[in-house]
Amino acid sequence: MKIDRRNFLTYTTAAVLGGAAGSMLTPAPWKLMDDVSIWTQNWPWTPVPEAGPVTHKQSACTLCPGGCGINVRFVGTRPVKIEGLKDHPVNKGSLCPMGLSGLQYVYGPDRVGSPLKREGKRGEGKWKKITWNEALTAVTDKLASLRKSENPQSLACITGSSRGTLPSLIGRFLTVYGSPNLLRPATVQDANEQALFLTQGKQGTLGFDIENADFILSFGSGILDGWGSPGRMFRLFGTRKSEQRIIQIEPRLSNTAAKASRWIGINPGTEGALALGLAHVIIKESLYNKNFIEKFTFGFNDWTDDAGITHTGFATLVEAYSPEKVSQITGIPKPLIESLAREFAASPRPLAINGRGQGTLPGSIDESLAMQSLNALTGNINQIGGIYIVPEQTYAKWPDLGMDATASKGMQQPRIDGAGSDQFPNTRSLLNRLPGLINSVKGDSPVQALLVVDANPMYTLPDTAATRKAFDKIPFIVSFSSYMDETAAYADYILPDHANLERYQDIPTPAGMAHQTITLATPVIEPLYDTKHTGDALIHIAKSLGGFVEEAFPWDDYETFLADTLQDHWSDLKEKGVIEISPDSKDSAVLSFNTASAKYEFCPAAATRQGSKDSNAPSAYTPAAIEGDEKRFSLLLVPYDSIRLSGEQIANSPFMTKTVEATVLKKQMTLVEINPKTAKTLALKEGSKAVLTTPKGKASVIVHLYEGIMPGLIALPRGLGHTAYSEFLAGKGTNTNDLIGSVEDPASGFDMAWGIRAQLSKA
Amino acid sequence: MSSTDHHHTHSAKAAPDPDHHESGASGSQPAKSSGWGVFLFFMIGFVGSLISGWILFPELLYSKKSQPIDFNHSVHLDLVDDGCNSCHFFEEDGSFTGMPDLSKCVDCHESAQTDDPEEIKFVDEYVTPGIEVPWLNHSKQPDCVFFSHSAHVMGAGMSCESCHGDIGTSEHTRVYEENRLTGYSRDIWGHSISRLGKPEPGDPLPMKMNDCAKCHEEETGHKGACFQCHK
Repeated sequence: MKIDRRNFLTYTTAAVLGGAAGSMLTPAPWKLMDDVSIWTQNWPWTPVPEAGPVTHKQSACTLCPGGCGINVRFVGTRPVKIEGLKDHPVNKGSLCPMGLSGLQYVYGPDRVGSPLKREGKRGEGKWKKITWNEALTAVTDKLASLRKSENPQSLACITGSSRGTLPSLIGRFLTVYGSPNLLRPATVQDANEQALFLTQGKQGTLGFDIENADFILSFGSGILDGWGSPGRMFRLFGTRKSEQRIIQIEPRLSNTAAKASRWIGINPGTEGALALGLAHVIIKESLYNKNFIEKFTFGFNDWTDDAGITHTGFATLVEAYSPEKVSQITGIPKPLIESLAREFAASPRPLAINGRGQGTLPGSIDESLAMQSLNALTGNINQIGGIYIVPEQTYAKWPDLGMDATASKGMQQPRIDGAGSDQFPNTRSLLNRLPGLINSVKGDSPVQALLVVDANPMYTLPDTAATRKAFDKIPFIVSFSSYMDETAAYADYILPDHANLERYQDIPTPAGMAHQTITLATPVIEPLYDTKHTGDALIHIAKSLGGFVEEAFPWDDYETFLADTLQDHWSDLKEKGVIEISPDSKDSAVLSFNTASAKYEFCPAAATRQGSKDSNAPSAYTPAAIEGDEKRFSLLLVPYDSIRLSGEQIANSPFMTKTVEATVLKKQMTLVEINPKTAKTLALKEGSKAVLTTPKGKASVIVHLYEGIMPGLIALPRGLGHTAYSEFLAGKGTNTNDLIGSVEDPASGFDMAWGIRAQLSKA
Repeated sequence: MSSTDHHHTHSAKAAPDPDHHESGASGSQPAKSSGWGVFLFFMIGFVGSLISGWILFPELLYSKKSQPIDFNHSVHLDLVDDGCNSCHFFEEDGSFTGMPDLSKCVDCHESAQTDDPEEIKFVDEYVTPGIEVPWLNHSKQPDCVFFSHSAHVMGAGMSCESCHGDIGTSEHTRVYEENRLTGYSRDIWGHSISRLGKPEPGDPLPMKMNDCAKCHEEETGHKGACFQCHK
């Protein structure tokens, strides 16, 4: 057998084929296939936490006001997972996507790692790293100069909420400094608080014993979409018994509506009318709780005051809201209104809840009053499965404030936003009015320096363009944000706070909880970056300002302040993380009311309803004056909330954005939902590119046809369209606030704009 | 004759053609690829790959390592009261401690108890400077696998030996064969590269996913759901 050039190839081929055939009969290819796949899991550049013993540390989630307890799983020194805390009274082990992805807020790319000073133009993104000493000195100098020029009230501070000790510390700082301008966004809780005060004469928040109610009438509340404490609501759905009926009333088939016992579509913004219509049927058919109405309420029937003037009672008022009329307003068939009213009244423990979506829009006081009157008609107040009054958190008394002449003069100035004025006497803060008021002033802005704590008004306030214009007029903006959010990106200085898991924060009773709790978020890790607790930063600034301001802050740091403020609770909280305060027996004495009549007042006797013509008029339905010309803008834009998106001061984590469906966000574009019928009239198809125009602005969107949205409406998700933050969020979709303005409730000044008129045209 | 002639003539006519062709093409006799040659080379390849696949491949795939200390399980097992549990125990919350860390050893081995060179090495190199021993774990699973010792030992009442073999009676540590590609021990795949046949009595059981599923099917009637282990 001779091998030459010619047959060499033949024999080689034979050998290779033999080898290949043989190898198939060995374990090598199969084993290698398995090993290679495992090898790809262990690429050295894939980050893997270091090995170590597994431990757990308890704390609380501070990413939204929900106040859920969390259990952080550690491997060695590194937290690797956040889970719901099983025995926490709020969430009992459940947790929302935001809380679950809480680690991404700590380790993600959005963090501000050190104090920064703006170098380029505002919002240009050019920063210079400075030391904490330089940063605190810069802020102290500016604040000292405003006081020196006898203009302390031109310092304003925007916080995310008024709840907890940090806003109280800021309030104390502003008072002794001389400014009444502590602003924060209002939510439905504020509207409910006012309704509570008007009807029951008590200061406190409204709690819903939703777990024990058997018939829940939800006026658009996104129970599964972030309303109240998301962890608590997840738990509710997880453990819900089939007897518990949830009736979801809203114009869009939301996740909540899809999981409810029944979804009733309603014309947007007409929920108040429906509540009065239901009351009409309940009263007409005599289905109300007569014992409660007779003994414990006032203003149900017409009444005459001491001066001999006759006032309209609630029963007379709702006569005007016949099912026929309400059917016209709401678009709900008359028989359905009637059967709904009967079912509600016939249930042993019915409960009406309010706050559209996540409840971030306060809405009008009338609306809150109308919905609470349903709970009053069934006598479901301070009862299991009903509404409860949760008293405001009381703190230990701090040392008395000494105030100098500058501070006293400053504090006598009216608030910039008009809250607490004669026009809006019961309202505490009206952040929604701030941009408009600054823009309407000719010359210097009434706000000369702005401190922003745990808030992102440049993103969350309606009408982004107006907000930016207003902020342009403020010469000195300091953000205390942990993240590079829109407001931080537009600030002059950033004094970054520690992130969640890194700092102390006390959380009073979360929105909607029926009973009082205090939760303490304790730091479970050391701060990763050169950050400082905002409480510490403010105490430092106060001490540097000297005089009475310094004296008002005898505490060395925020932790001492917190311990001092929570006093008796502090050691309990440090040990257990949460305490439940059982209601004071006096307060919970069923049906004790602090109103003038000592009863539940359908028609508040106090002359508090300045907006209406008759200062003693009971609640009625007044539709919000939605912006836009009906001819030019034939459709209505309604923003909607989703548990997978956050429209609030802390934006989505990358994980949350990842969970958003392709029918909500496609690449960088938001999808708007319209009914196929609406699409037909506009000649739009599924996936068409379109331009969404409102009186406030324009946006490019993709059309998604959805049977679950009522014809004539355009649904747009809240929580997208960020311009700041990292690549995981910036530039994705449309911010609803770019397209929507604020409409003031004449009685409270609260924003009641549930939408805006809009047009959708083919791009 | 005529037929012979004819034949001759025919062959004479026909014969020169191939010659002509061959000389015209190469000028020498060609080495034809014979069927036997092809078969021979096929078999060379076939047998060669069988040998490398069955014998060389496992040798190349795994590197051999020794444990940092030649630990004697047998001696320890005789001295302790609670069997394996004495050192490999469950925490109160049900989590399994696995290999004991130095703090457990220090109780007895603050200084060397014997003149065994391995113990002296252990004390000098690890105990005194306070360095954890980098034991090589024969049963280490990837991070994507959740395994609860508690469910198996406390719940199902299984013994340590039923998976880990008679390690408790060993006097010396075994050679640790590390897969060069994956970094995991050969024990996970099983000593048999073909995964055929059963391990010798007293040897640890293989711990691939199929092994889990097989045992679960036999014991519980169901292979189990994905999320039970891949959380």
